[in-house]
Amino acid sequence: MSDNKANEDVLVRVETVRGTGCVLRGDDIDTDRIIPARFMKVVTFDDMGQHAFEDARKAAKGQHPLDDERYYGASILVVEQNFGCGSSREHAPQALMRFGFNAFIGGSFAEIFAGNCTSLGLPCVTLSEPDLAKLMDSVELDPTQEITIDLRARTVTSRAGKLDAIVPEGVRQQMLEGTWDATRVLLEAGDAIEKTAAALPYIGHSA
Amino acid sequence: MSQQAKSLFKKVWDAHCIRELPSGQTQLLIGTHLIHEVTSPQAFAMLRELGLPVRFPQRTFATVDHIIPTDDQSRPLADDLAEAMMSELERNCRDYDIQFFGPETGAQGIVHVIGPELGLTQPGMTIACGDSHTSTHGAFGAIAFGIGTSQVRDLLATQSMGIAPLQVRRIEVTGQLARGVFAKDVILAIIRKLGVNGGVGYAYEYAGPVIDAMSIEERMTVCNMSIEGGARCGYVNPDEKTIEYLRGRRYTPDDADFAGKAEGWLSMASDPGCEYDDVVELDGSAIEPSITWGIHPGHNLGVSEQIPTPNGVPDDERAGVEEALEYMDFAPGASIAGTPIDVAFIGSCTNGRISDLREAAKIAQTGKVRDGVRALVVPGSMAVREEAEAEGLHEIFRAAGFQWREPGCSMCLAMNPDKLQGREVCASSSNRNFKGRQGSPSGRTLLMSPAMVAAAAIAGEVVDVRKIQ
Repeated sequence: MSDNKANEDVLVRVETVRGTGCVLRGDDIDTDRIIPARFMKVVTFDDMGQHAFEDARKAAKGQHPLDDERYYGASILVVEQNFGCGSSREHAPQALMRFGFNAFIGGSFAEIFAGNCTSLGLPCVTLSEPDLAKLMDSVELDPTQEITIDLRARTVTSRAGKLDAIVPEGVRQQMLEGTWDATRVLLEAGDAIEKTAAALPYIGHSA
Repeated sequence: MSQQAKSLFKKVWDAHCIRELPSGQTQLLIGTHLIHEVTSPQAFAMLRELGLPVRFPQRTFATVDHIIPTDDQSRPLADDLAEAMMSELERNCRDYDIQFFGPETGAQGIVHVIGPELGLTQPGMTIACGDSHTSTHGAFGAIAFGIGTSQVRDLLATQSMGIAPLQVRRIEVTGQLARGVFAKDVILAIIRKLGVNGGVGYAYEYAGPVIDAMSIEERMTVCNMSIEGGARCGYVNPDEKTIEYLRGRRYTPDDADFAGKAEGWLSMASDPGCEYDDVVELDGSAIEPSITWGIHPGHNLGVSEQIPTPNGVPDDERAGVEEALEYMDFAPGASIAGTPIDVAFIGSCTNGRISDLREAAKIAQTGKVRDGVRALVVPGSMAVREEAEAEGLHEIFRAAGFQWREPGCSMCLAMNPDKLQGREVCASSSNRNFKGRQGSPSGRTLLMSPAMVAAAAIAGEVVDVRKIQ
């Protein structure tokens, strides 16, 4: 497995994300809303960014946070509970990443969405409800302030103070080690993959 | 040596564990990888860029379902974008020697309908697909995950994925379902009770007399919507019904080997006395035909109930309820029964199987689709369509004024031409009532069982199916 390009990739460690924030309120924002299905009728992710939250933004007639000029240039999206629920479409984090977001801070994230974000090197960190409320209020009041997500220290720092951030340990390790782009790490298992498969009654030696 | 009692989840997990990753996650072997046209093309592109082969092409199976039209499926497809996606899937399957169940094979259909139908889905397997409703396959006692495209790439390259172990919550549905109450109502009731994010971090094990009494297809409906409750996978322990369903399927073992395999499958069931991280009980006898009134599947109620008022719900739900009421334009406190509908959709990976069509046809037989209502029946697969036509169900539907279509995902997510228009209200047997889900950015979806959809199509409004049967 040494002749493939996967082993040549340079590890990209994600230890901190710094930038301004955009506050998007509301629980249970699903991935259909993040990227409506009709924009997935393509074989690449290239154009996803321009369609992020398209229907919600149209319905809001310019009042959507993604169209709020105070948030222009924001790289951290601050959300509430169960963000990214529903469809497993990676098109959702792809759209948000291509729109300009490098990280998400929220109350909670749907599991598949968070997993997809990890695959793209986009940390999803959660805060306690009071801390999240504090951060949201603070960023709405002063959208120009810098927010720093420090994965090593597990903190989110802003004018709202230094808040304790929760990140699943496995994800945190992947970010810190730069192993979030998983193919290379998974390939390192070598023939242990075939051995595990061969021991299964439904695969066995046909593998 | 006494062996520790284990849940099915734990047995399957342990058998598929390749190693612990440096991150602390498990590298889990995925025995069966299902792919479709929407979430795989970018994964193949990444694979090509990395110069990697598909590691287990013989354990990878493809079909086309999301974008395929349900009227004219002749090639090239009328929609250039859809044609490009289908051609790309065909090319990838050809290049990497992957079995593709396209329409020409007679086995095409929604990926979660054809997997079980072909016998690809078996107890004790791990299964993954770039689609959140992969949890459907748990009905057989498989552990089945929905994944994103980067993980599809990882699976193509390594037949494995990194994942942290889940906790297991046993959900016991006690009692007996009343007449007119179906698997769809059971899963809606479970989601209502536990919430749309109540299952985050859990695998759901569905059990108890109501689940035991269900057919395999009904169990698929329940497991299908696990993800709507936040659970990445859900399963039912295999039993004799599971074995009987699998007998004689294309990818199940021949008669000579079947008994041995079946014994192995049954042994995967959770051991009596095994530990669960959580146990929840739900009285199945109390479940009514259920309907969603809002913008996520947790916004559901029994047909005799009233749409909630913002003041009548807990503080943390109020904003969501207000948003839903505004979007749906429903009056708080009004009865859900009597809500007029414009469109009726019967189909999807949740409720597009033969037993669903049979139940809907029983109701369709009792009347005609109300003037002004557009009603579609979309079988989940070519095999379902064939079976339904052999039974004459298509004629019953047509005689009642329903359109009888070709198989696909269709109006569940409207990636093909089957879409709501404007503010239309759709009685739908699908799985998501999200804003804009059915193709119109302002369209409205009421989720319910196929029988309830058929009843609504005839009445032109939401009605209690128990009053018809």
